[in-house]
Amino acid sequence: MTTALNRRQALTIGVGAAALAVVGESISPAFAANDYEEVIKKFTGGKSPTVGRVRIDAPEIAENGNTVPMTISVESPMTPASYVTAVLVVADENPRPGVVTFHFTPESGVAEANTRIRLASTQFLTVVARMNDGSFFSAKKEVKVTIGGCGG
Amino acid sequence: MISRREFVQVAAAVAAMVPANWSRSFAQQRLTQAELLKFDSLGNVTILHVADIHGQLLPVYFREPSINLGVGEAKGLVPHITGRSLLDHYKIPAGSPNAYALSSDDFAALAKSYGRIGGLDRIATIIKAVRAERGERVLLLDGGDTWQNSYTSLLTKGQDMVECMALLKPDAMTGHWEFTLGEARVKELIEKLGFPFLAQNVRDTEWNEPVFKSSVTVERGGTRVGIIGQALPYTAIANPRWMIPNWSFGIREEELRKEVATVRKNGADLVVLLSHNGFDLDRKLASRIDGIDVILTAHTHDALPEVVRIGKTLLVASGSHGKFVSRVDLDVRNGEVKDFRFKLIPVFSDVIAPDTEVAAKIRAIRAPHESMLGEVIGRTDTVLYRRGNFNGTLDNLICEAMLAERDAQIALSPGFRWGNSLLPGQAITREDIYNATAITYPAAYRVSMSGARLKEVLEDVADNIFNPDPYYQQGGDMVRVGGLSYTIDLGKPAGQRISGMMLRASGEPIDPAKGYTVAGWASVNEATEGPPIWDVVMNYIKRKGTVAPVEGDHIKVVGT
Repeated sequence: MTTALNRRQALTIGVGAAALAVVGESISPAFAANDYEEVIKKFTGGKSPTVGRVRIDAPEIAENGNTVPMTISVESPMTPASYVTAVLVVADENPRPGVVTFHFTPESGVAEANTRIRLASTQFLTVVARMNDGSFFSAKKEVKVTIGGCGG
Repeated sequence: MISRREFVQVAAAVAAMVPANWSRSFAQQRLTQAELLKFDSLGNVTILHVADIHGQLLPVYFREPSINLGVGEAKGLVPHITGRSLLDHYKIPAGSPNAYALSSDDFAALAKSYGRIGGLDRIATIIKAVRAERGERVLLLDGGDTWQNSYTSLLTKGQDMVECMALLKPDAMTGHWEFTLGEARVKELIEKLGFPFLAQNVRDTEWNEPVFKSSVTVERGGTRVGIIGQALPYTAIANPRWMIPNWSFGIREEELRKEVATVRKNGADLVVLLSHNGFDLDRKLASRIDGIDVILTAHTHDALPEVVRIGKTLLVASGSHGKFVSRVDLDVRNGEVKDFRFKLIPVFSDVIAPDTEVAAKIRAIRAPHESMLGEVIGRTDTVLYRRGNFNGTLDNLICEAMLAERDAQIALSPGFRWGNSLLPGQAITREDIYNATAITYPAAYRVSMSGARLKEVLEDVADNIFNPDPYYQQGGDMVRVGGLSYTIDLGKPAGQRISGMMLRASGEPIDPAKGYTVAGWASVNEATEGPPIWDVVMNYIKRKGTVAPVEGDHIKVVGT
């Protein structure tokens, strides 16, 4: 990756108002195998997230596994009383499970962010949102990475 | 001398009279243009729908599939019922005109009685007749796959189809194979269409902005009709992405939901989705998105004589290759469909008179190429067909040609759902081969592929067709193979469906670590090298003289 801010990085941090994205780095690269469940546990402190409130907009089948557009959003009033603090995205078949963590504050206005991610093969994306009251919500979506051809 | 048309009428009439066990004995009606067009009109809007013409200006023989398996929730439902079961399901008499048009049963014999179906000049006659009857209530919508897959459409980069379709005056269209002409040409053709090319689900890759108009609202019979276009969501995967590098597709369900709401809010009484999603995908979509009254389906080439209802949504499937025109009459009041009537009109080319204007246009387009296209290069002793989930005889012929002409151990041929049929004893012309192969990326490649990679390819394509979730289905049929046998288990998940891969020449199991010489065509990769596939196939047929490919037993299907 180059050090200059390219368009992909700009997109990563550009949407969702003041959302702060930490690409990959919040997850330790020390995990040799893809232990995405451990990464989620670490994020939730062992709590099981409730399914719901989180939306993943990603293609069912990726046109290009090297750059898959993805938008995540979380239902939340985003007020000082009730807001999303962070959203973790993991991929269960990539060499490393951690994709990105977005951080939000009430000033973000809306808990939404988009970026483009790389997927090595067909796999599930799991998105977990941490609320300011310490609760967790999640969603899952399968994205196929295919060889292509033969349609018609 | 009895004319072809008279012969068909007599055949149908005789079929109706001859009792007992003759297969056509149940044919009910005398076949006339008036009978085919007969429709008890209803309501204030008439929609005419054509789709998947695939560049076919002339009438064709086209055998519907005998194997068209449904998976997941679609298992056992239309359009996954074929042959005799389909006839039973719709109570269509065996041997009747509709049996010939809609099923694979007794195809060669019925084809000889009833002749070719389709032809854009005949379609024009139907459209003009309905317009004459229904006036400004009529909408004509083209579901796409119109501009490619014949010699003249390839040569003129879709110009022939655009000019002929213009005479039919469609109100809108959407697309799929159109995109294989590349971004610049698609834009160029759309500019001069005179009607909108709609696709809510195509965005530019840089800013995610719509490339095409998403919808259009028109007034028909005092009713405001909102038409939303949906191009094939998997165009950039199923076909070469390098030809459309700046366009991104996808189902874009949420955007579609918003578009439906917007169109409604702006006053549409009736909302129509002009779709190229494929039938199963549209069926699922109809169950998840409210507010669409009619989905005009396409892509999977299904021809259904009745509408399928999902909640309040009507699904129409109009077949392919110009074989049918769908007519839906709707009684729309207070923003609601109160009643409807439907007919899938089969375009029997010997019964429906060609429209003179369109016929003249077609003749003019074809004239410079007619003698070349008509050149006989061989003959077939068996029915040649492609459509079906696995190798058709036409695919077996193409695979044999690649194995022989390209000196390969294994051949791979794309599972396109288009490609005309030929009857036993019929001469094979150059045009017949173009009608099975005319694409903008025709290079017949020759590569070494490991056994592991071969399995990966088969598994990948199998999941594109047999994934139980229609949102993950790309359409098309299974990749055709030559020189290779295998077993496919539809009950297994992705990556585990293919087993028992065997090299047919030696009977040895395919070794994952070993390299095999593979010939194929229609690679989606840029800069693929090799002669065009039509040359490979023509050379082979010329050498053989007469061919007689059979279905073969090299693919075993289990878990259905």
